[in-house]
Amino acid sequence: MVTSAAAVELRHLDNLWLQVTGTHCNIDCRHCFNNSGPRATTFGHMTFEAVTEAIAAAAARGVRDIYFTGGEPFLHAQLLDMIACALAVAPTTVLTNGTLISDRIADALASLATAARYSLEVRVSLDGYTEEMNDAIRGPGVFRLALAGAVRLARRNLLPLVTVVRTWDDASELATLAGFARVLKEAGCDRPRIKVLPALPLGRELTRIAGLQRDECVTTAMLDGFDRDLLMCSHSRLVTDRGVWVCPLLVEQPDAQLGATLDEARSSYELRHQACVTCYRYGTFCGNVSGQIEGPDLAVAPEAR
Amino acid sequence: MRLALMGGIYSNSRALETALSDIARRQIDGTFCLGDLGAFGPYPDRVFPLLQQGGVLCLQGNYDNSLAGGLADCQCGYTDPRDNHFARLSYDYTFRQTSPAHKAWLGTLPMSRRLEVNGTRLLLCHGSPRKINEFLWESTSPDAFLAYLLDEAGVDVLCVTHTGIKWHRDLGGGRHVVNVGVLGRPENDGTPRVWYALLTIGDTVGVEFIPVQYDHEALAADMHAERLPGEFIETIRSGWWTTCLEVLPQKERARGRF
Repeated sequence: MVTSAAAVELRHLDNLWLQVTGTHCNIDCRHCFNNSGPRATTFGHMTFEAVTEAIAAAAARGVRDIYFTGGEPFLHAQLLDMIACALAVAPTTVLTNGTLISDRIADALASLATAARYSLEVRVSLDGYTEEMNDAIRGPGVFRLALAGAVRLARRNLLPLVTVVRTWDDASELATLAGFARVLKEAGCDRPRIKVLPALPLGRELTRIAGLQRDECVTTAMLDGFDRDLLMCSHSRLVTDRGVWVCPLLVEQPDAQLGATLDEARSSYELRHQACVTCYRYGTFCGNVSGQIEGPDLAVAPEAR
Repeated sequence: MRLALMGGIYSNSRALETALSDIARRQIDGTFCLGDLGAFGPYPDRVFPLLQQGGVLCLQGNYDNSLAGGLADCQCGYTDPRDNHFARLSYDYTFRQTSPAHKAWLGTLPMSRRLEVNGTRLLLCHGSPRKINEFLWESTSPDAFLAYLLDEAGVDVLCVTHTGIKWHRDLGGGRHVVNVGVLGRPENDGTPRVWYALLTIGDTVGVEFIPVQYDHEALAADMHAERLPGEFIETIRSGWWTTCLEVLPQKERARGRF
């Protein structure tokens, strides 16, 4: 029986992730996988120069997409200028909680999107289609602000992609998605776009699901015949103010820091975390994938034996 | 040298017949189809004799690969439950209606074709050189990424389909990437016409997209007779996509009606 965690090489830097505001966020979600919040200081804001250097380095390697994440990216005073730099070389996505998207920000984003040759995607997080459901996870008042932000974008034909972490059971799936679609339409998002993400067993989510998680890793046997392109680590790297990580999910894992620069962070990575198993099961859930992947039974991590 | 390049046929034998008649009236040195012969439309077996009579050199798309291999789904790469629902209806119908001989023939087709014309190296494939179902949309295919694909493949010109919407990028230095579009369904622009591409290769490479106006109402009637989804028929008539919408990037989605 194979017991070692599998190592995955970076095939090509398709996706550049920029953690522009570190773990600085204006809200405190109960399931946040990297423990972001108003007082979180694990990672800080990146400078404009560091961001543009990373964009240039990635473009020189033929990057396919650029993602801005945090924390909450709109807490960075220079975010709009950074987005403009990114859009000049590649399609760009901003992951936001939507609460800071004012009319002024929405106007600026719509102008950038119209002027660019490449797509600008704005992903707005919601975790329930009612105030009660969403705010129980994301905090008081967040539903109303986030929905208003999404509607401001939709009214400018910058159709937001509403991202939802799956916190419901399978039997409720279609009814829940229908609920989101209805509420978004009623609010003014005529053509709702919804992306469902798996909950990640990381950060505060570990506390939320205490007792449910298993100690697992992705083994070499599990990767036999498996399409490694479905794993983020085969085509992504995350740049922060403190170096480069293998992917945006493992940013709190010290072993996942691969170097100070993108050039130093080309090494392969062993999939020894339970979050790697989530990625294995669901594929690269930030790209286009063909549904959930059925793999062999999950092995127990070596350290748990 | 002039080449005619057509993308997904999606069982639209009526558009294929019209396109082949148009091609026959031009001085064309070779005609190629970049895969996905079946899907979406009615009577999938009708396209095979037309392609053979037209001397069209084909390669495998994800649909062809699935049909030939008896796979459970079309490998289209959708993520949305509604998109997958319609993909399932389409695939099950096409699988049932495609003869075993035609399925076997699909399995004999190459995954890509390389050509060299007047010193210009071309690669024809379905999705991308690295994946049969990778979507190369205009708004999500940056220049540097396309240059990387050309370098990796060792070619000057890359031609693909799979997304259903045509585009051309001149990267300079004789390097081009062309998504040739599809003949199978309109490209979400509010008109029922479909498209193929003409490549002229001499000292430079020229790319021209040719609109194909065909009897789309007859196709819609065929689809109705075969009890294919009303959503598909609406797309053939209106030119607006009603399904497969969730894979569209923001820019392409915002241009459509739905």
